[in-house]
Amino acid sequence: MRISLFITCYNDTLFPETGKAVVRVLERLGHEVEFRSAQTCCGQMHDNTGYASEALSIMRQFVRVFDGAEVICIPSSSCVAMIREHYPKMADETGDAALRRQVDELLPRVFEFSELLVDRLGVTDVGAYYPHTVTLHTPCHALRSLHVRDQPMALLRSVRGLQLINLPRDDECCGFGGTFAVKNAGVSVAMLADKIESIRETKAEVCAATDNSCLMHIGGGLHRQQTGVRCMHLAEILATTEEAPVEQAPAAMPSGLPRGISESSRRPGGVPNAAAALGCPWGPGASAKE
Amino acid sequence: MIRVGDAAQAPEFPVAAKLALGNAQLRRNVRRATEIIRNKRATVVGEMPDWEDLREAGHHIKDHVLRHLDVYLEQFEDNCTRAGGHVHWARDADEANRIVIDLIQARHAREIIKVKTMTSDETRLNVALEAAGIIPYETDLADLIIQLGEDRPSHIVVPALHKNRAEIRELFQRTMKLETLGPEPEDLTNAARAFLREKFLRVNVGFSGANFAMADTGSVCVVESEGNGRMCVTLPKLLITLVGVEKIIPSFDDLEVFLQLLPRSATGERMNPYNSIWTGIRAGDGPQEFHVVLLDNGRTTVLADEASRETLDCIRCAACLNACPVYRQTGGHAYGSIYSGPIGAILTPQLQSMEHSTSLPYASTLCGACYEVCPVKINIPEILIHLRRRIVEEGSAPLGERLAMKAAAFTFGDSSRLSAAQKFARFAQRPFTDAGHISKLPGPLGAWTEARDLPAVPAESFRQWWAKRDRERSVGP
Repeated sequence: MRISLFITCYNDTLFPETGKAVVRVLERLGHEVEFRSAQTCCGQMHDNTGYASEALSIMRQFVRVFDGAEVICIPSSSCVAMIREHYPKMADETGDAALRRQVDELLPRVFEFSELLVDRLGVTDVGAYYPHTVTLHTPCHALRSLHVRDQPMALLRSVRGLQLINLPRDDECCGFGGTFAVKNAGVSVAMLADKIESIRETKAEVCAATDNSCLMHIGGGLHRQQTGVRCMHLAEILATTEEAPVEQAPAAMPSGLPRGISESSRRPGGVPNAAAALGCPWGPGASAKE
Repeated sequence: MIRVGDAAQAPEFPVAAKLALGNAQLRRNVRRATEIIRNKRATVVGEMPDWEDLREAGHHIKDHVLRHLDVYLEQFEDNCTRAGGHVHWARDADEANRIVIDLIQARHAREIIKVKTMTSDETRLNVALEAAGIIPYETDLADLIIQLGEDRPSHIVVPALHKNRAEIRELFQRTMKLETLGPEPEDLTNAARAFLREKFLRVNVGFSGANFAMADTGSVCVVESEGNGRMCVTLPKLLITLVGVEKIIPSFDDLEVFLQLLPRSATGERMNPYNSIWTGIRAGDGPQEFHVVLLDNGRTTVLADEASRETLDCIRCAACLNACPVYRQTGGHAYGSIYSGPIGAILTPQLQSMEHSTSLPYASTLCGACYEVCPVKINIPEILIHLRRRIVEEGSAPLGERLAMKAAAFTFGDSSRLSAAQKFARFAQRPFTDAGHISKLPGPLGAWTEARDLPAVPAESFRQWWAKRDRERSVGP
């Protein structure tokens, strides 16, 4: 299958490792991945904050860029929720019937990453190996808009070596909420404190999720408090195999930070492997040629 | 004057929230109480196989009423009048208060006993009554606690939820001038009973709100847990009921839906212990004079906005408060309105024509927990976004935010601009970056870094990596 990747603006900018991991997993499964370079953002931040006309022009661009794509994979549950729940309404508000038609054609082809794997491709075992204890945070949009909670669980349960520990009170928001985190920083941080308490109760090494926006928030708190717990996007865990362990990012932040030899040499039990560290699926030791 | 309590004078949500966050006792009380109600609700909702159908029905009935409100209100007036009641129409809070005071003064009464009602808090009736020399006695236990403590309600259903038992014991002992008072729930309820019984037997004017007003029969319905409300609507000779116009439902039969939805959502009970329904007056039994005041106070303005009209579907169960992760941190006072939590965040600003409380639509992470539990399916997150839009369209959003959003939209308008912005960020972050993290930022983003680190923008974006990979691939291995 030819899968078009919508990386999202913040993954592109702040968490490129997530995108690389998605590419690695999908190619390992035998799919062809394309990246349409004219893409930027889905418009969620503008729409949620009340900037409707800005959100609309970003939406028009998204619709244009992904015209004709067979399947669109998005490693962010909140962006998928934005597209699925808001695009039809936004198109209707313009009164532009052609735009609404385009959106309707687009929607059935849009998938959140774990949704694509489990629901569309029917895979739960992607051949990953990650010998660590992991707890799963379910983003609010994944939980209540996309109803994506079981899919990432199933994927994580199929990872060899991985011990999945249920997160207590996992239906509670982490307090991010986009601009909420800044406009209402006090409440946001109070909510984060509760979330961190839940995560620490699990004693897991890693907190995983299907959305780096929550993880940026949770990871930002975990790192500030020097908890030693790190955040990882689900795709980064699934990309890891025995032959090509993922590089070890500094604790508590989603990976995708400036990278150095020292970091790749810190891989657990791994031999420094430049290509694998770069997430290159065709590199020596990687399993792209399976 | 249209008024929602004294919300027009309230500080902005983030400011008031900070006060609440600093109050450890309050946070403990709110957390404990909401957790108990939330769990009870989940249990009794979980046992209903047709819960989703009931929610759908509740939503449709309310939706239908709002589209034909003119018809149903007049139908209610006709039927209530026919049954011996009197119906008054109040445009706003002041008019409603005036009508109530005139009715009481015409009977030379100096005191009234009140059933729990949010709507009279909305009009600030007690303040107006006291100014007119009339003493209102709140008889709902929680409202009594609020009144005795000169406090404000912090929850729609459980107004004193921010107080724990020890605080209430101290309050009762002080204000009821008791020499001793035990700490057990029975001790406290006994003290309240002794205090209230005397009022029930003496005061001759009762005052209530309404949970529902049925158009086809002209009846009014009040649900409660204590029976004190039942006393107020049956013992006095004169009964006055204040009803927001959105409380109308078409028919008596519709109670079948709402009396299943409301108690399970509000208190986690299968049925309220007391369901009082009355139709006009009945000679020799109960009040001999019954007045209904139908209150607008901004509701028709809300009705006029199609995108947020369903705000008026609310049956005041407060399930959204208990489910809201923001409310659970701050409690209700931070919302500066008697209507707190997610429903308050959309109702208060709208009732006041978006002139006040415009920080409230931002007091949410849009997590959707409120919508999930709402028994009449009010899509609160969507309405929050709609209200944020209105604030932006009216030009009331902060200038810095408007500029930042414009700049971001321009950046996202073209991928080469996004690349350029990423490059610029890599350069601009240098003074703030340490080992891949940013721990202190100036300006509004400083609110983030007060308690959270930020990842630095890495050396290579995904799109750069992809382009490089593409080039390498086209060259071939």
